[in-house]
Amino acid sequence: MRVMACLSYVPDTAARPRIAPDGRQIDRTGIKFIMNPYDEYALEEALRVRERFGGEVLAVCVGPEAATEILRTALALGVDRALLVRDDWTLDSFGVATALAHVARQYQPELILMGRQSIDFDSFQMASAVGELLGYPSVSVVSRLTIAEDGSVEVDRDIEGGKEVVQTRLPCVISVQKGINEPRYPKLPDIIKAKAKPIESIEPPLVEPLSDIVSMELPQRHRAGKILGSSDAELDELIRLLHEEAKVI
Amino acid sequence: MAAILALVETDAAGLKRSSCEVLTAARTLAAQQSVGVTAVLIAGPPDPLQQVGVYGVEEGIVIEHELLQDYSMPAMAVALAQLVEAEGACTVLIAANARGKELAPRLATKLRAGYAPDCMEFRLQDGQLLALRPVYAGKVMATVRLRTPIQVYSLRPNVFTARPAEYPVVTTIRRFQPQLRPEDCSAVVRDVLRTSGKLDVLEADIIVSGGRGMRGPEHFWMIEELAQMLGGAVGASRAVVDAGWRPHSEQVGQTGKTVSPSLYIACGISGAIQHLAGMSSSKVIVAINKDPEAPIFKVADYGIVGDLFDVLPRLAVKLAHFLGKPVPERFLNLLQQRN
Repeated sequence: MRVMACLSYVPDTAARPRIAPDGRQIDRTGIKFIMNPYDEYALEEALRVRERFGGEVLAVCVGPEAATEILRTALALGVDRALLVRDDWTLDSFGVATALAHVARQYQPELILMGRQSIDFDSFQMASAVGELLGYPSVSVVSRLTIAEDGSVEVDRDIEGGKEVVQTRLPCVISVQKGINEPRYPKLPDIIKAKAKPIESIEPPLVEPLSDIVSMELPQRHRAGKILGSSDAELDELIRLLHEEAKVI
Repeated sequence: MAAILALVETDAAGLKRSSCEVLTAARTLAAQQSVGVTAVLIAGPPDPLQQVGVYGVEEGIVIEHELLQDYSMPAMAVALAQLVEAEGACTVLIAANARGKELAPRLATKLRAGYAPDCMEFRLQDGQLLALRPVYAGKVMATVRLRTPIQVYSLRPNVFTARPAEYPVVTTIRRFQPQLRPEDCSAVVRDVLRTSGKLDVLEADIIVSGGRGMRGPEHFWMIEELAQMLGGAVGASRAVVDAGWRPHSEQVGQTGKTVSPSLYIACGISGAIQHLAGMSSSKVIVAINKDPEAPIFKVADYGIVGDLFDVLPRLAVKLAHFLGKPVPERFLNLLQQRN
C-alpha cells in the first residue's frame, strides 16, 4: 500500500509568538520550529500500515527550505521518500490543500494521513479539504484506524463526550488524534543514515488564495486580577465576586 | 432573500445551544447587511425548526433524503452545496463543534469558497466582513478576510451569546431534497459511543480543571464533585493526562482542547504557556494555587493563594450553601477528619 504522510512545520508549543512589523504574520526569528505534534502520530500510523500491508510511505511537507529538518526526521524514522513542496509561508490553507492534492495525484496513495490540526493555524480543515479536492472520503480526529484486506476502513473519531464509529474505504484521507498510537523515536544510526538520503522538492501549483490575513495581534484581555488568600472570609468574598461582579454563578 | 444559511443541529432538548449561538450571530450579520437568514436542519423531524423563530429567523429548510438517515459528512457536504446554489446563498455559518469543523471545510472546498474556521467575532469594515479567529492556540488573534463570493464560517462554541430576538417570528418551513448518489455517502457513522455520561469540556459552560497540584488521581474526586455541583465538566492539564491520572479527552491546552467556558477554575495548575493557550479565552478564570508566583495568576480574574487540600473542601461547603445544594459527603468527611 502507498501511504502519504503530511507533515507540517510549526512553532514549538513553548514559543511565545510576537507580531512581525508588517502586522500580518508572526515574527519567526528566534522561534524554534518542530514537526507538528499531531503529525508524529500520523507518521507513526503510516509506518505501522506499511509494516502490516507492505508498500511504501511518502512524507510530504509544504514549507520553507528549513522544513527539510522534519523530513530528515521522517527518513530516520523509516519513510521511503521525502518531498518538500517549497513555500515560504505564502500559501493560504486552500493553497496548501491544493499542493497536497497535487502531490497525491502524482503519487496515487491509497491512504493519506495527517495530524488532526496544525498547531499554528489550528483549523482542523486539511483532511476535509484534501479529501474533497481528490474526491476521496475524509474522516477527521481519528483515534483508531482499522483497515481490512478488502480495503474497507473502520475508524473511531473523537467527538464531544464520545466517539463516532465511521465506516469508509480506501482510498481515503484520515486526520489522526493523539492516542491512536505511541510514536517511536528515531535511532542514532538511522539519524546518521538519513543525512545521506535525498529529499525531493517541487514548486507548489499556482492557485489564487481564497482568504487573506488582514492583521494579527496579541490578544488583549482585561482581567480583574484580584488575588486573595485562603481564609474563610476570602473564600466568601470569592463567591460574592463570582456572583455579583463576574455574574457566572 | 436567504443570503445567510445558518446550519442548526438538535439534541434531545431541541436546538443545540451552539446552534442558538449561530442563529444569533446570523441575525446580527443579516441586520448589518440587510439580508435574510434561513436556518437549515438536516433530516430528522422538522419540529425543532419552529424554535428558530425565537431567534428572529423567519425561514427554515429541512434537508431530506433517505441516504442521510445515517450521518455521512461527505454526503452532507454535497447536500449543503446544492442547497447553497439553489438558494443563491452567500454566507454559510456552522458551529465549530466536532461535526462542524469536519463538514465546513469540505463544503467550502466543494464550493471553492473561502473558509474562516473557529471565528470568535465579526466586524464589518468598508462593506467587507472581517472574521477574528484565534491562531497559535490563541496566543495570537488573526483578522481574516475571505475573497470569494460564497463564504463559509465556523463559529467557536460558547463565544457568541445566544439571545432571543426582541420580536419572535413564526417560521415558515420548507423541505429540500438534494440529488444524492450512494457513492456520496463515502464515510458513514455506524455508531456513536458515549465514553461516559459526563459533560465534555468543549460543551461545558463551567470547567473545573486539575493539575499536578492535585498530587494524584485519587484526589480528583474533589474536582469531579466541584464540577458536578456547578453543573460543569472536569478538565485536566497535560501533565496529569501524560501521567495517566486523567483521560486525554479532558486535556485542556495546545495539544488538547481549546475551551472558552464562562467560568474556568484551575486547581493546582501552574499555567504552562501551552495550557494558558487552551483556556485563556474563557470569560472568567479562577486560579487556586499555593504558589503565588504561578503564571496561572497572570491570566486569572480571581486567584486564591492556598493549599488545595485546605481550600477545596471549605470552598465546596461554601459553594454548596450558596447554590442551595447538598454538601458532598466526601468533603464533609474530610473536614470532620481534620477537626
